[in-house]
Amino acid sequence: MAINTPKQTSHLKREILVRLIKAFLSDNFTENTRLIPFDMRPKGSEVPYRCCIHKERAILKDRTVAGLGMAIEDVEDSTLLSTLAEKALERTEPEVNPLTVLTTACKGCVPARIYVTDLCQGCVARPCVNTCKFGAISVINGKSVIDPAKCKNCGMCAQVCPYQAITKIIVPCENACPVGAIAKDEDGHAQIDFEKCISCGKCVSACPFGAVHEKSQIIDVLRNIKAGKKVVAMLAPAIMGQLPCTPAQLRKAILDLGFADVVEVAQGADVTTKTEAAEFEERLLHGAEFMTTSCCAGYNELVDKHIPDMKPFRSNTQTPLYYTAEIVKKAHPDAVTVFFSPCVAKRKEAMKNPNVDYVLNYEELGAWFIAVGTQVDKCESSEFEVQASKEGRNYAVTGGVAKAVQTLLPEDLPTYPVVINGLDKQSIRDLKKYAKNGVCELGNLIEVMACPGGCLGGNATVNSYKAALKQLTGYVESSETIKDQVEH
Amino acid sequence: MMMEKKISVKVCLGTTCFVMGSANLQELIDTVPAKYGDKVEVSGVPCLGLCSIDWEFSKAPYVKVDDDVIKEATVEKVLKAIDAKLNK
Ligand code: SF4
Ligand code: SF4
Ligand code: FES
Repeated sequence: MAINTPKQTSHLKREILVRLIKAFLSDNFTENTRLIPFDMRPKGSEVPYRCCIHKERAILKDRTVAGLGMAIEDVEDSTLLSTLAEKALERTEPEVNPLTVLTTACKGCVPARIYVTDLCQGCVARPCVNTCKFGAISVINGKSVIDPAKCKNCGMCAQVCPYQAITKIIVPCENACPVGAIAKDEDGHAQIDFEKCISCGKCVSACPFGAVHEKSQIIDVLRNIKAGKKVVAMLAPAIMGQLPCTPAQLRKAILDLGFADVVEVAQGADVTTKTEAAEFEERLLHGAEFMTTSCCAGYNELVDKHIPDMKPFRSNTQTPLYYTAEIVKKAHPDAVTVFFSPCVAKRKEAMKNPNVDYVLNYEELGAWFIAVGTQVDKCESSEFEVQASKEGRNYAVTGGVAKAVQTLLPEDLPTYPVVINGLDKQSIRDLKKYAKNGVCELGNLIEVMACPGGCLGGNATVNSYKAALKQLTGYVESSETIKDQVEH
Repeated sequence: MMMEKKISVKVCLGTTCFVMGSANLQELIDTVPAKYGDKVEVSGVPCLGLCSIDWEFSKAPYVKVDDDVIKEATVEKVLKAIDAKLNK
């Protein structure tokens, strides 16, 4: 599975985050932030990607704006990064929409259209001309030419060309989005329709220019720590496969960043498992045809925005993050909670939950370690005070949630798990069908994960999938089963 | 010719390099021996100490092929460097 292949665009995004964190920790945050694009492309330096140094710097500035947690679309060219850095220090809450698109980088990529390549032989049959219902194709100088004013991008001509000379130029982000929420406007700038967007993060990974950015909350978190607040880190299960160290070393490394406590969200996953198993049994006893899980934030947005018919079939059990944050806030009402997330979607979930104050992803955490020079494999160990179960820790892997729930179900209950391993146009069609018909012919316990491979395949992870899976599985294997918790 | 020394490839898996991309170079640890047999020795190593000098984190990930340092290493760059050594 080629999830998470190396990308030059993530290198750039991460470099900016490191510089931003270093700037915050320096004695002149605003000025050092202003200098980021100039430090990265000093006078006379090579221009690796763009036409000129000024354009490169303009794009780096846009990326820094996203790092400051702001919408690139709303910022005037003339506004200095130092001014924006000051503003970032003043805000009390993160911006609502989690994504923003670079204007300058994005306009370079051509809009989706049908294009006649050099392979056109100007053949006698001319099936393209005859097939086009809109009269958009004519033959000029022995080659087919498409009139863009008439072309409706239906792609019929491409299908009939015997030389396969006509192709459809796709826009990677539009093509990746499973719900048609992102599209280029007349200016060639991709716009996200947040009424439709389910925050799955697929456009972030798909864009070859790295033009789609998450709005970072790193400054907010740094500021709270600097202010001496009791900041508590809540680590999603997927993190345990992300960095080259043991979970206990990772806990220590995060404590050393200034966090007051570090807890595992797998602890909340154990509550989810128990509640969801009881709910499933109850539903089946009342004749339910099937139930879906409800822990993936991307899937929850999908149901809420696009498949309302699914609502009665989706489990009412809360997410692992929900229970974890509740436990933390109950014990420490004054705590500022930060969820360490593998994806964009959880940013949306966090915004709806008053117990979750901020979200950081693994790129941001990694950048933070780089900025302060932490080598995680050199850190001492610090054990989690509450040890989560094997099943809870395995929530990050596709199939893991259904398996956990199944562990606690009576053996004679007719349970047939189905795993939706990643949301795409096809799996969404399937889900719509199950919701509409009220049955799923494949089984009755449907686990849905928006990311292929589960949370380990989230858009903001740093480790490659295979290595992450191996590392996480080692941790899972060394943990106690949830059955022990229930029997006691 | 018979007693040729093995080429040594060290993939830095220290935190800086890992986050900046060597996570994706871990595959070399399996693929290189499969491709070159015992002519090349490859291993993942802790921080090579290159990332902490000045702003050199931005050139991570680092890989060392014998004594040559590859900056902003990719699978392709590393394989090219190995090939170049073998064909010398
Ligand atoms: S893929 Fe989408 S976001 Fe990326 S540059 Fe092209 S249009 Fe813009
Ligand atoms: S985050 Fe997902 S749903 Fe939203 S625009 Fe991107 S691809 Fe579409
Ligand atoms: S982490 Fe690779 S040189 Fe320091």
